[in-house]
Amino acid sequence: MVVKIIIVVLYLGVVGYLGFLGYKNTKTTKDYLIGGRKIHPAVMALSYGATFISTSAIVGFGGNAGVFGFSLLWLTFLNIFLGVFIAFVVFGKRTRKMGHNMEAHTFPEFLGKRYNSKFVQKFAGAVIFLFMPVYTAAVMIGASKFIEGSLNVPYDIALFVFAAIVAAYVFFGGLKGVMYSDAFQGTIMFVGMSILIVAIYAKLGGITAAHQKLTDLFSNPAIAEQIKGLQGGGFQGWTSMPQLFSKYWWIVVSSITMGVGIGVLAQPQLAVRFMTVKSDRELNRAIPIGGIFILLMTGVAFLVGALSNVLFFQESGQIAVVAAQGTDGIIPLFLNNFMPEWFVSVFLVVLLAAGMSTISSQLHAVGTAVGRDLFNTEGKTEKQAMLISRLGVLVAIVFTVFLAYWLPSVWDGAIAISTGLFFGLCGAAFLPMYFAALFSKKISKVAAISGMLSGFSASMLWMMFFHSKESVVLKICDLIFKKPMLVADGVLQFVDPIVISLTLSILVTVIVASATKSKYEEKHIEACFKGIGK
Amino acid sequence: MLGIPDLSISLAYILCIASALLCLVYGIVMWNKGGGDAEEAEIEEEAKWQEKENLIDENL
Repeated sequence: MVVKIIIVVLYLGVVGYLGFLGYKNTKTTKDYLIGGRKIHPAVMALSYGATFISTSAIVGFGGNAGVFGFSLLWLTFLNIFLGVFIAFVVFGKRTRKMGHNMEAHTFPEFLGKRYNSKFVQKFAGAVIFLFMPVYTAAVMIGASKFIEGSLNVPYDIALFVFAAIVAAYVFFGGLKGVMYSDAFQGTIMFVGMSILIVAIYAKLGGITAAHQKLTDLFSNPAIAEQIKGLQGGGFQGWTSMPQLFSKYWWIVVSSITMGVGIGVLAQPQLAVRFMTVKSDRELNRAIPIGGIFILLMTGVAFLVGALSNVLFFQESGQIAVVAAQGTDGIIPLFLNNFMPEWFVSVFLVVLLAAGMSTISSQLHAVGTAVGRDLFNTEGKTEKQAMLISRLGVLVAIVFTVFLAYWLPSVWDGAIAISTGLFFGLCGAAFLPMYFAALFSKKISKVAAISGMLSGFSASMLWMMFFHSKESVVLKICDLIFKKPMLVADGVLQFVDPIVISLTLSILVTVIVASATKSKYEEKHIEACFKGIGK
Repeated sequence: MLGIPDLSISLAYILCIASALLCLVYGIVMWNKGGGDAEEAEIEEEAKWQEKENLIDENL
């Protein structure tokens, strides 16, 4: 315990020192630009990776892999292919150029200026302010669950300690997103996960042997009783996809893989990162490091989560989710039981790093959404504008801590559910209009707004009345119709909102776009697309 | 394959590694493309953008 605390304090000291160094060295814009142009692409990519991947991915989705198995690797594939390759090559380069052309500094401002609509900017700002805390809470739960497991303290205290660390980090300028401290965090994550994957494959006798043991475990009569419930939902083993169109198939395919895998393309805190990159060359160079980084993070977390079943079974005769008494406890318990103590200390730091780097970018997005998009700060003094932003961040932190305290008691697997909720909502509301903003010179304002509103409302309505995970908790359906969800028979209650809402918002955008004419002046379009597509 | 009986799972396993390799190859091929020849006006525009960005960060 003492060793763990010393390592954590040491780590926090280094992060703080790097943040201070970065801040001191980049005081003037000129310094920043020169620094930015000279900065090593590895530093750039690692800091991206640290923002992308959080405790939510490692603890939350890793725990889900403990239940659903290797089928989650489809999400890793989408994370790399869509989240890095397509995001950087297709979206990143245009976002960077267009963002600079329009002088946009936030994602809502980007959409608002492109569509020449204050409404779009305010709406997107409000969505971020209201719903980002749900995702931030997911990250916070992940870190707190791990602190709870590794330091053997109650969850409430772990949450309080982590929230205090985050608050201190934010207070001392952590929101400035200093490249070097982010990159340091990314490096720690890189090393920690590399050790983990080698260790687990070595423990289980190699890659194929490890997979084979997991495959065989499913047919072992000793666990028949434990997986009975899972099998009822369509579970067919950790190395097989769930039965087609069964409950678990819908959860894995629609909520986990599609919700998070596709939603990533319209994430405000990630999209805004493209604009801070100095040139396309930096984006090109960040791609290989980003791709391998994500493979090592989510790929390893999902493999380890699933393979932990074999080790738990060998030790106690129980499968992971039974031994850990819930999805979110699987990764923390696995590390504590099967990895040496020094590694648990290192991993504690890995997860603090993963959590803090993501939370700081999330809160940065909230702060700018409030100060720049939601409230009109023009005409107000610098001090008033600053106050509004900071008040927004403070409210978001308090709301986040409340959610992180409350959500684990209503959802098993709260981390993955809340992450999916935010990713899915952003994907449905913003992806079609964001894509059109970058690639269509002809799209009309009406089409973009119709798509955004239909995607958003379809998401909300589906969550309130159909998707049981949310509708049971929100209780609105119960209040109006006296039942937890409208259709309780069949699998409809497991179909994730993104399937319905993204399909609808794409359709609405395309149909309205073909029925209406763009009224934008040629000059506006030319200014937005200056230097793009040449 | 690889001790995984379900083809769609082994496919996902392979695609994960393949897509990471795709990123690697793309990055190596494009290592020096898309930069360096920034024009004066572009740099100025970026400087202006960055100045505003710094101000926003400062306010947070």
